Amino acid sequence: MPEIRATAYDSKIEGNIIFTRFDAALNWVRKNSLWPMPMGLACCAIELMAAAASRFDIARFGAEVMRFSPRQCDVMIVAGTVTYKMALAVKRIYEQMPEPKWVIAMGACASTGGMYRSYAVLQGIDQLLPVDVYISGCPPRPEALLAGLIKLQEKISRERSFRNQKPELAEKLEEALS
Amino acid sequence: MTGQELLDSLGESLKEKLQQKSEFRGETSYVIAANDLREIAKFCQDELSFDYLIDVTSIDNFGEEPRFEIVYHLYSMPHAAHLRLKLNVPEEAGAVDTVCDIWPTANWHEREIYDMMGLKFNGHPDLRRILMWDGYPFFPLRKDFPLEGLPSEMPDVAFTKVTPLEGGPFVTVPSTATSKDREPRARPPEL
Repeated sequence: MPEIRATAYDSKIEGNIIFTRFDAALNWVRKNSLWPMPMGLACCAIELMAAAASRFDIARFGAEVMRFSPRQCDVMIVAGTVTYKMALAVKRIYEQMPEPKWVIAMGACASTGGMYRSYAVLQGIDQLLPVDVYISGCPPRPEALLAGLIKLQEKISRERSFRNQKPELAEKLEEALS
Repeated sequence: MTGQELLDSLGESLKEKLQQKSEFRGETSYVIAANDLREIAKFCQDELSFDYLIDVTSIDNFGEEPRFEIVYHLYSMPHAAHLRLKLNVPEEAGAVDTVCDIWPTANWHEREIYDMMGLKFNGHPDLRRILMWDGYPFFPLRKDFPLEGLPSEMPDVAFTKVTPLEGGPFVTVPSTATSKDREPRARPPEL
């Protein structure tokens, strides 16, 4: 019987070292601690609060740390009707968030203006911000928000984070390795 | 004094200044002249204990003269009586006297009318827009303002675009017909 030799495995340090891709590790860290910026503008914010409370418990997905300072946030959850009066304020708060950052458009109003076909309402926050996940509903139930959050986590886990964040360093490394 | 006696005493004291009395479900309305507004308002507040200004509303009778109407909804807490005062405001006038000092709650109501309808209030302490931003060039509740809005731009403050109505506005029809007939459909206004 041929001997099986572990090349990258040492039983003495079992459980202490895991081999993985750098992007996978980085994305895993990011997607499991998405700190939301609760941009609550209308009734969707009530469902957002419900999602954060104990019954639906958004903490199960690592997104319970609602920060009211954009400097500490990863994902902006635009929950509600964005009026033109508020639109540039939302954009400014988004710009104050540090990279990397994502946007969830929660509910019909934030996605498309919803039932407000009116002079006062921005017809979808995607006219100002790059939206990653749209959630349908008026308002969406907390389960829908959680599903949207899981979708965003899936999206983050597919990102090429290292290359996006440090393109020059990534190129140098690739040159050196080739 | 009952509410009815209160209204009767108002009718006697200011007989020559009250026009077009109308009654609906026990509530009395009068049309008054814009010049008499402050005098009548003071009298209602000081002498008749109409201490609560429920609402101030405005109407745009576009295409008719006088174009605008302002309605003051008064209530007397001690006597449980309602009173409505209506003012006709021609478009050329465009302004009436404020009642902020008589009922402080009128402050924001008048600002809202200024914001939405473009009517001004003489003597108002702080006549700024209340819902739209300073610098928004239109008055959205006027009948000649389109529902889908008009484009505008205030750099670093706000902008507006024309809303796609897709054949709308979508409105229901009040009737006892089936829900299929009543449901919201695109019913553009007949012009």
